[in-house]
Amino acid sequence: MTTTRELTLKTEPFVLNIGPVHPSTHGVYRMRCTLDGEVVVDIEPVFGYLHRGIEKLAEERTYTGFIPLTDRLDYISPMSNNLGYCMAVEKLAGIKVPERAEYIRVIMAELQRLANHCIAVGSMLNDAGAYFTPFMYTFRERERIVDLFDMVCGQRLTYNYMRIGGVSQDIPGEFLPALHKLVDRLTIFIEEYENLLKLNEILLARAKGVGILEKDTAINCGISGPVARASGIKWDIRRNDPYSIYDRFEFDIPTCENGDCYDRYRVRIEEMRQSLRILQQAMKQVPKGPVKADVPHLIRPPAGEAYAHIEAPKGELGYYIVSDNSIAPYRCHIRPTSLINLAALRQMVKGWKVADLIIIFGSIDITMGEVDR
Amino acid sequence: MTVAISAKEIISQLNTKFPGAIEEAGADSVLVKSDSLLAVAEYLKTAEGFKFEYLNYITAVDYYSYFEVVYQITSLESNRSVVLKARSYTRDNPTVPSVTGLWQGADFQEREIYDLMGITFEGHPNLKRIFLWDGFPGYPLRKDFNQ
Repeated sequence: MTTTRELTLKTEPFVLNIGPVHPSTHGVYRMRCTLDGEVVVDIEPVFGYLHRGIEKLAEERTYTGFIPLTDRLDYISPMSNNLGYCMAVEKLAGIKVPERAEYIRVIMAELQRLANHCIAVGSMLNDAGAYFTPFMYTFRERERIVDLFDMVCGQRLTYNYMRIGGVSQDIPGEFLPALHKLVDRLTIFIEEYENLLKLNEILLARAKGVGILEKDTAINCGISGPVARASGIKWDIRRNDPYSIYDRFEFDIPTCENGDCYDRYRVRIEEMRQSLRILQQAMKQVPKGPVKADVPHLIRPPAGEAYAHIEAPKGELGYYIVSDNSIAPYRCHIRPTSLINLAALRQMVKGWKVADLIIIFGSIDITMGEVDR
Repeated sequence: MTVAISAKEIISQLNTKFPGAIEEAGADSVLVKSDSLLAVAEYLKTAEGFKFEYLNYITAVDYYSYFEVVYQITSLESNRSVVLKARSYTRDNPTVPSVTGLWQGADFQEREIYDLMGITFEGHPNLKRIFLWDGFPGYPLRKDFNQ
């Protein structure tokens, strides 16, 4: 006597919520993932848990009074946010920034890029499963950079250092020698990370070929920064639309071809090297002179609009400001690098496992303060 | 250096291709009638000599008498950029066509404008609030929003 039995299991996709409170979502990001077993079928990003209405708050503050709020956008790199905003107002009001201030700004922006990439690389490896060992190493170096920021403005997280027409105060006498030491130190440490990680079997297995972002998709989605450059788009605003005094320095734009998580890691490490090159050139050339243009406390830019963008550590950060000749912006729109860089996430994670989803998301490097604003 | 193209440089080409579609050629922007926005944007994105394939940002401004939606697009090859604008002259249910079909990156940004400024993007595949919850009263970035 034989019986036939149905041995195939009936399966159906199910929904898994990742976040908003989850260590690998880098803040309060939430993904509604539709899974087929362990394979990601689709994701739906859910935003808004950190929305503070910063664009609306700008309309009720003076132009100078909004600078501290820009610190709270991408709180991993406040100096860059300060810089982008001040540049937009200066463009609108036609203010010329003194030479010394321009050099200080570039030094701060590049230090900020180093600090940001330290966190980006460390937390990406954290997401890959190397819990906290690389993170502690990279944080050790970020700490040194933060010490320098502390020296110039007395803050360790929300610096509020730049002003419209310059910076809030001159760098102290001990800053440049300390920067010199730090640049030497960081050069050695980047080599150390490279030796530890470049051919690390775990990183190669987890990141190589994972989460590929095609060049065309990246352009279509408006992706910028290291994520775009890892997909082979040779586009860097410091080079393609030079602002401040970036046209005076020699540096390369590192790119990779594959657009996978490993390439995004590689581009960031190379960018750290290039930032050090810029710092080495800049700290030798800092001229003497004033650090702030003669700007009235209440600025009334002529009616009109201006868009200024910078190459922030995460990509193109821009401010679109409309003025009606009053003391507060009529409208201040922030081009959110992190939000726009997430536009391609859905295509990048489809077909990968949940564990890969975490590292793909980590490799984009976002800050929720900037996504939700 | 990214060269911002003034409207005067491309206005004649646009006028021959799309007669009547251009409302106004400003110094640094092209104001397009909202019903021909899609056609003009597609032309600028794909036509030889333009190839503005990169959308920098979309934003919207409330000028009381009209809403203005601003698009900056860049050609990565020739390093030129142009600003397109479209207006909606009504305060209840202002509508502008969605450009998500041309640039996928417009998705979240249009949802953001819909959420905070209350402009409907026609043809958007998933137009719902992005930061605020469903049922939030009003649109905070409008100038007449009562806090």
